[in-house]
Amino acid sequence: MAVPGCDAQGVNAILEARDLAPNVRYFRVEAPKVAAKRKPGQFVIVRVAEHGERIPLTIADADPAGGWIALIVQSVGKTTMTMNRLEAGDHLLDLAGPLGTPSHIERFGTVVVVGGGVGTAIAYPTAAAFDEAGNRVLSIIGGRSRPYIILEEELQAVSAEVYPCTDDGSYGFHGLVTDKLAEVITAEPVDRVLAIGPIPMMEAVAAVTAPNDIPTIVSLNSIMVDGTGMCGGCRVRVGGERRFTCVDGPEFDAHQVDFAQLRTRNSAYEAWEHYRRLECAEASP
Amino acid sequence: MSELTRRERMRRDPVPMPERAPEQRRVDFDEVNLGYTPQMAVAEAERCLFCSHPTCVEGCPVLVDIVGFLEAIVADDFAAAADIISRDNSLPAICGRVCPQEEQCEGACVLAKKGKAIHIGHLERFVADHARAHGGAVARPKRTSGHRVAVVGSGPAGLACAADLAKAGHHVTVFEALHQLGGVLAYGIPRFRLPREVITAETERLGALGVEFRTNSVIGMSDTIEDLLTTEGFDAVFVGVGAGLPRFLDVPGEDLVGVYSANEFLTRVNLMEAYTEEADTPVLDLIGKRVAVFGGGNTAMDAIRTAIRLGAAQALVLYRRTEEEMPARLEEVAHAKAEGVEIVPLVTPVELLAADESGHLGGVRLQRMRLGEPDAGGRRRPVPIAGETFDLQIDVAIVAIGNSPNPLLAKTTPALAHTDRGTLVIDQESGMTSIPGVFAGGDIVTGGATVILAMAQGRRAAAAIDRWLHELDAEPAAPTTPPAAPEGSPV
Repeated sequence: MAVPGCDAQGVNAILEARDLAPNVRYFRVEAPKVAAKRKPGQFVIVRVAEHGERIPLTIADADPAGGWIALIVQSVGKTTMTMNRLEAGDHLLDLAGPLGTPSHIERFGTVVVVGGGVGTAIAYPTAAAFDEAGNRVLSIIGGRSRPYIILEEELQAVSAEVYPCTDDGSYGFHGLVTDKLAEVITAEPVDRVLAIGPIPMMEAVAAVTAPNDIPTIVSLNSIMVDGTGMCGGCRVRVGGERRFTCVDGPEFDAHQVDFAQLRTRNSAYEAWEHYRRLECAEASP
Repeated sequence: MSELTRRERMRRDPVPMPERAPEQRRVDFDEVNLGYTPQMAVAEAERCLFCSHPTCVEGCPVLVDIVGFLEAIVADDFAAAADIISRDNSLPAICGRVCPQEEQCEGACVLAKKGKAIHIGHLERFVADHARAHGGAVARPKRTSGHRVAVVGSGPAGLACAADLAKAGHHVTVFEALHQLGGVLAYGIPRFRLPREVITAETERLGALGVEFRTNSVIGMSDTIEDLLTTEGFDAVFVGVGAGLPRFLDVPGEDLVGVYSANEFLTRVNLMEAYTEEADTPVLDLIGKRVAVFGGGNTAMDAIRTAIRLGAAQALVLYRRTEEEMPARLEEVAHAKAEGVEIVPLVTPVELLAADESGHLGGVRLQRMRLGEPDAGGRRRPVPIAGETFDLQIDVAIVAIGNSPNPLLAKTTPALAHTDRGTLVIDQESGMTSIPGVFAGGDIVTGGATVILAMAQGRRAAAAIDRWLHELDAEPAAPTTPPAAPEGSPV
């Protein structure tokens, strides 16, 4: 639709774009309003191209003075594949935010931050905020193999310890992040856990911390459309109550989340997504 | 004036709205109604008795001079008719299409008792469409006030408010959370009822009046109301953010795949254009599927007729009262039925049933109802008939039982007083909220009403904002910073 008085040029400019891991790309995007307002744990809704979807992307970092935010994107569907082909100088068609309830930050004591794959990027700003609030931060970050471990250096700067974990043992701890987490919580008292990654990982973390009653927070990745509470598509069950990930979340009490339901709802368009991915891969240069 | 005698006029039948055949229109998203030709419009307007005390005008929420514009149509002066309507209605092409005329002007028409009410809505639409097709350039106001007003939300309330403020010489910026303008007009109402060109024409007209638009601006999350009044330098704010929080049934099974809120279903199809090949946003494949909508309002009709257009084999409206009590416009119900929609009255869902282990919807358990005593609103209350439940196989369910006010703005603006229901509290006279200089109108105040009421409130607020700005001019020391939260306002 033609928007009179609304000049799309020069907004949402990509200032920097580089690969961070296989299929994972780092973007610095010009978004002064978002950068000024955003708090850890919040996200933006992005539309990459005409006819494109609105997808939520957690703000990985921001600089209010520089007027930019960082987004870390893994190619999982057509929209993220399309976005990951963009370079510095390109523009995102639409960007709205910050959205969602910010992470709950206070001085808890010892906080373990668990990041799986690109979930590490979502966890990083909250880990930094935990550190700033005076917590002892222990970061456990996982990936299939060494190239998939991201933001290790950045997390070093805000953590007392960083434990990289790889499935194949090519780097750091050989095993799952949950195995490392079990080790850590046996070794010392832990006051809080933040886990962000694939649903099975978050569910497994919840199972590890539940017997010890360690308050555990997860950031959910429900399918969204508007991101402002208007459509209810991102609804999840938390403690038996219906909550909207976009406005009530994305962070929730891991021990209260109905993960099975989230998994089912997130698979609603699997066939469609598969088809679009193939289409997108064929169209790639 | 018409040469016809009163008797001749009363004897004539209403001119029907030409519409596309059901079998043709149920497979696409083009507009159902084709609109009157000038000859049809004149013939229909000629039937008017031109009452000296026109009850139709009293039936109109914004008191459009209906007799006046019908006289102009009879005189073949369609431009004059457009001018008369525009004095009271800033969105006639939209209202002519979506107003519940049978409860308003047409319901109050003296000919309504004989079932021959003048088709005022069709005529309003004709005049507005004619003006859009033949209209000249929009004249910018000669004098500018130097004041800047922020309008939050680009739905009917916001657009109407922006139009009047711009005409009064104020500089207006409209903020919209989504990537497209129009609010519920864009995400909620399907194209087959309100073509997008009609909305675009309205926003372009406002653009020509000097109104600026900012899409992707979620006020409250990016700029707050306070930011708008301070760092952003606006002298007043109008809040018209609508009732965008879907209500659910609160029955077991509502989270199964295949259960949509009407907002989600319609947003996917209308705003995200899931009905087109190119769109990346999907909607569940409805071809050959059994689809049911819960509710009996316009949104329910919009959703189920959309499902038909997406290939649904069976399209059911499951309603807890009877067709007579359905709040939808009569025309929408008639169109829906012609397109193959079945209305199942006196049922209410008690459980949504899974098809299998996959977590997909497979059916619904329905409780049979009967009509009991009238409720406060005068409609007979549905009462469950003990022991009478039955199951129905359905693949997709759409919940269209209304919306609550979207709490996003209130949550981030503690000083904005609101009711327990989440609606904003305004001064009935001025439309001002608990924050000086901040006004509100539309569904965020009423909790969910019609386009015309939202528009009327937007216009009333525009007049109040204009007065407020003049007062600012008179007393330069008037407060422009928001005060502390009023006592007892929820935080």
